[in-house]
Amino acid sequence: MARFGMVIDTRKCVGCTDCVIACETENDVPNGFARDWIVQISNGKFPNAQVEILSERCNHCSDAPCVTTCPTGASHYHDIGGIVLVNHDECIGCKACIESCPYGARFVHPEGYVDKCTFCVHRVEEGLDPACVSVCPTHCMHFGDFDDPNSEVSKLLQSRKHHSLLPEAGTTPNIYYLT
Amino acid sequence: MLEITTTRHNHLIDPILHAWNWEIPVYLFLGGLVAGMMIISGYFLFKERVKEDNCSCFYLPMISFVLLSLGMSALFLDLEHKLFVWRLYTTFQITSPMSWGAWILILVYPALIANILIRPPKFIANKIPKLAEVSQKLIEHKWAVKNIGVVNMLLGGMVGMYTGILLSSLGARPLWSTSVLWLLFLISGLSGAAAFVHLIAKNVYERELLAKSDNAFLIIELFVIAMMIIGLVTSSKSHMAAAHLLLNGPFASVFWIFVIALGIVIPLYIQLLAVNHKIKHTPIAPIMVIIGGLILRFVIVAAGQHSHWF
Amino acid sequence: MNSLSRRRFLKISGASIAAASALTSMNSVVKGAQKVSEKTGKSVKGIQKIPTYCSMCFWKCSAIGYVRDGKLWKVEGNPIDPLSAGRLCPRGTGGVGAHYDPDRLKYPLLRKGKRGEEKWVQVTWDEAFEFIAKKMKNIKSQYGAESMGFFSHGIGGGFIKHLLKAYGTRNIAAPSFDQCLGPRDTAFEITYGDVIGGPERTDIENAKCIVLLGSHLGENMHNTQVQEFSKAVENHASIIVVDPRLSTAATKAKFYLPIKPGTDLALLLTWMNVLISENLYDKDYIEKYAFGFEQLKAEVSQYTPEWAYPVTGIKPELIRETAREMARYKPSTLVHPGRHSVWYGDDTQRGRALAIMSALLGNWGRKGGLINQDVFDVPSYPYPEYPKPKRENADNPNRKYPFGGAEGYTTGLREATLTGKPYPIKGWFVYGTNLLYSLPNMQETIDAMQKLDLLVVIDVVPSEIAGYADVVLPESIYLERYDELFAPYFKQPFVSLRQPVIAPPHDQKPGWWIAKKLGEKLGLQKYFPWKDVEEYLDTRLKMAGLSLKEMKEKGVALGEKPPLYFEEGWEPEFDTPTGKIELYSTHLDELGYDPIPKFTKHEEPQPGYFRLLFGRAPMHSFSRTQTNRLLTNVMDENEVWINADVAKRFELKSGDYIKLKNQDGIVSNRIKVKATERIRTDCVYIVHGFGHNSRMLKGAYHKGASDSRLITKYKVDPLMGGTGMNINFVTFETEA
Repeated sequence: MARFGMVIDTRKCVGCTDCVIACETENDVPNGFARDWIVQISNGKFPNAQVEILSERCNHCSDAPCVTTCPTGASHYHDIGGIVLVNHDECIGCKACIESCPYGARFVHPEGYVDKCTFCVHRVEEGLDPACVSVCPTHCMHFGDFDDPNSEVSKLLQSRKHHSLLPEAGTTPNIYYLT
Repeated sequence: MLEITTTRHNHLIDPILHAWNWEIPVYLFLGGLVAGMMIISGYFLFKERVKEDNCSCFYLPMISFVLLSLGMSALFLDLEHKLFVWRLYTTFQITSPMSWGAWILILVYPALIANILIRPPKFIANKIPKLAEVSQKLIEHKWAVKNIGVVNMLLGGMVGMYTGILLSSLGARPLWSTSVLWLLFLISGLSGAAAFVHLIAKNVYERELLAKSDNAFLIIELFVIAMMIIGLVTSSKSHMAAAHLLLNGPFASVFWIFVIALGIVIPLYIQLLAVNHKIKHTPIAPIMVIIGGLILRFVIVAAGQHSHWF
Repeated sequence: MNSLSRRRFLKISGASIAAASALTSMNSVVKGAQKVSEKTGKSVKGIQKIPTYCSMCFWKCSAIGYVRDGKLWKVEGNPIDPLSAGRLCPRGTGGVGAHYDPDRLKYPLLRKGKRGEEKWVQVTWDEAFEFIAKKMKNIKSQYGAESMGFFSHGIGGGFIKHLLKAYGTRNIAAPSFDQCLGPRDTAFEITYGDVIGGPERTDIENAKCIVLLGSHLGENMHNTQVQEFSKAVENHASIIVVDPRLSTAATKAKFYLPIKPGTDLALLLTWMNVLISENLYDKDYIEKYAFGFEQLKAEVSQYTPEWAYPVTGIKPELIRETAREMARYKPSTLVHPGRHSVWYGDDTQRGRALAIMSALLGNWGRKGGLINQDVFDVPSYPYPEYPKPKRENADNPNRKYPFGGAEGYTTGLREATLTGKPYPIKGWFVYGTNLLYSLPNMQETIDAMQKLDLLVVIDVVPSEIAGYADVVLPESIYLERYDELFAPYFKQPFVSLRQPVIAPPHDQKPGWWIAKKLGEKLGLQKYFPWKDVEEYLDTRLKMAGLSLKEMKEKGVALGEKPPLYFEEGWEPEFDTPTGKIELYSTHLDELGYDPIPKFTKHEEPQPGYFRLLFGRAPMHSFSRTQTNRLLTNVMDENEVWINADVAKRFELKSGDYIKLKNQDGIVSNRIKVKATERIRTDCVYIVHGFGHNSRMLKGAYHKGASDSRLITKYKVDPLMGGTGMNINFVTFETEA
């Protein structure tokens, strides 16, 4: 089994949004919507404020509430690497998955189905990195298989301090941020 | 100072989640109301009140049928991919309350129809004489009537609980992820239905009974709300913040004035006076209860979407 | 298409993709991926990959345009490109949005109403050329050819520049010098006899310590620099950031110095004081290569950290500690020379201080420092000689600014137009630069334009200046045209080709075509001997041992890498009067200027006013990209950064809209407040380029505020004529 995920180095990320734009062209994301986005968190008092920059998207959770809550099975784990996908032909647009996602990663595509990051599964299947990873000018993003202890992402997690987003929501997210 | 900025501005998601609009609270409210009515009419069937000539169980199933259909229409309106609605019935997703709901409704309609058939409304029976025959046969079989009553009560209970579980299964929304929400919505549904029957019942006994039971429901509802809030404020900080949305946050005024005061406490007081024969029965109290139930659904759905993990 | 069927589509068409790309690479006449195949008349199916180079900013990374089923799909970096290494910046990736921009210029326009009213008649290209040629002939006969001026930004202006030189004028200027990097390059030229250039000769990736003064890498998205900066961060380089604002780069820094705006020179001189007084500088290097150390030592002795504390607001210990940190990693301590450096009017002297710091750290010519660059030599086209102008250029009469006009002096040309002195300028061509938003004091530009007999604007979007034009010529965007070859000075010399990836959607035309056609109308055929641009490019490429055919396939050709460091064999030669690194500038001394920089105090804001600082966002370029829907999707308006305590005092919170009013009473468009702990209390900051008032820019109209409108005051650098613009102050108007 593979478990695909990302490791993103917040030290290197400058929040340029290249990942967001690359996703939009690669995946024909309708204008006005975004499958990934940049969050900046500033904490503290000038001049000692600490700033963390995060490139966020669907966390392709291993315990994805969007999958369990879907009444038609449209939201599902892909055979390869547990990527969470939405089958557009099965989605009725009830939005329960949107309500169930603690990350706000999903949205309603103008064509009526629920849309979100696919980890560029069409690229991954051809052995390529997702578009956001392959475009990043700071090389701060890494994509790979957490079940493979020798993968780059596994090694990064072993060697660097990291955190994930809202682990307390119980979703077992598969995107980690190096600090 | 904590300062968070994001480049995301997705429709319905940002800045605050509002993917579910008026349709869902209306659906949940009507679902709850119908659930209560099914329990009440089922109870009357079980109690063999078909023998009475003005039992509310004669028209409640028909009203339930209409209201449920209205609720379902609201749900349908909320769907973004309406043409694919049939996809609900090509699968059963055991972990999805919405899938459960879809299938329960498949059972609810036959139960309601069976209930209707016991004493079909005149305007239908007149058009289809066959119905009178069926009805006659049904009434002759006491066990059938009793079992239709039982089934209506059971399914009504399931629908009532389901409307709460639908929300509380969505763990991403701390306000909803409380295990008493199903109870709150069930009790609220029962209280709304009791108020409704109280309002329209021609039978004096039934009116009195339901006014009394409504008072009980309202008291339990207050207790459940208190339990729910205590549960939230003693949980994680995300849950605490969710409770504060209602207690002193942006939803506090609506919650305290319309849900608690005008929707529960004041009508409870009026009805207590009424059942103790201090004042005459007034339609104002049950109407307040019903509207309060509707507003409760709106507040819970909106505030729940406001609440988030952090 | 859903994810499944899309995947299927890709699998099924895998074979045809391969075939298509093979076809692309063999087919030498890719006139843009035509939407319709010439042979069959049917839409081209599948994916084509066409190399070109980017123009979303002026870094000009090489890119590969992807066309899917005849429509532009995406743009990626060209992996063999030394600038991008296959990864474009957000604007480059968003270049697709420039092609689909609904607000772009579509047809040639002739002015109908008054200048600035934005009322037009749509005309044919021939009618437009006829109109322009007639006016240009009149200007030549009445005032002389030199009375035509040309403002240009970007490589695309090359053909138009050629046209105007052929016509007979040299009054050509670019804001990239006087409104950007001019002071810096002037300073390094004075000190080292050579410029920093662009792409900069900064070896960021190998630096062990990086010092940034106001340079906000990461927000300033020059691709190679950001990529190298990120590598340096990964390698745990020690980063020192000096900025009134906690910039993105500052958030990565080991030392952040929240300096009082306008006092960078004081800090630099104090650092020198510490380096010298604590014997931390590179003695061997200074002895071998530098001139004037003793004078420098004597001069900077007055600038002690204790002196600097009240001036800069930086604690003496922090100044000493950072100077020692720099010395610890010398010579691989890179004091970044910056890029946009027109701040306070004494910018060349600040640039000198940066240059001297580099010398003290022994950094020029060393690994992790300022390194050697070379160029891929592509001979220019063998044109006939241009006519010699009869008069000297009008922009810098009597060399008023001794180092001015390396790329022409923009505000000088504007002044000549306004005053008619030394002689009248009666016609302007403006290519690819929104002068109203790039030159300070907008009103002066507007007044100057009213003196013109002819104003031609060539651009891709209807910028504010287009609204004042007599004729607006819509150029096809970079993905739709051939252009000049790009062969800059860089550590890895290369030449790259821009070729069309997709056809222009309306009646837009490439610059080369505009120049040639207009040249023919003006009777300048002999200057356009080539049939088309392909012939022109092929001729030049063949002279360089390449061919157009080859370049169309690869997009980039690499040259021979020069030695980068002295250690690698780069000769330490300095083209200065003394032949050494001039810590003490003999040239400046001769001209009567400070041979060693001196700190001068700048005006400070009145109570209730805040210094207006401006900068860049990584997803936008100047005022050119605010209608690109891919880019506006991540940023569609700018915000004014206000210190949280100040905001509180003014009862403002993030998300409120206010207007900014400057010291001259000029009021901005409404702008959103960002109350933040990331900026000092004596200044505010906005991203440049927003706040458009051109109604034709529907997607950008009145979104955010423009710093350019508020920059009514500017201070001219006496050495090179650059316009210091950080000397304006604003206050808040809350009734927005």
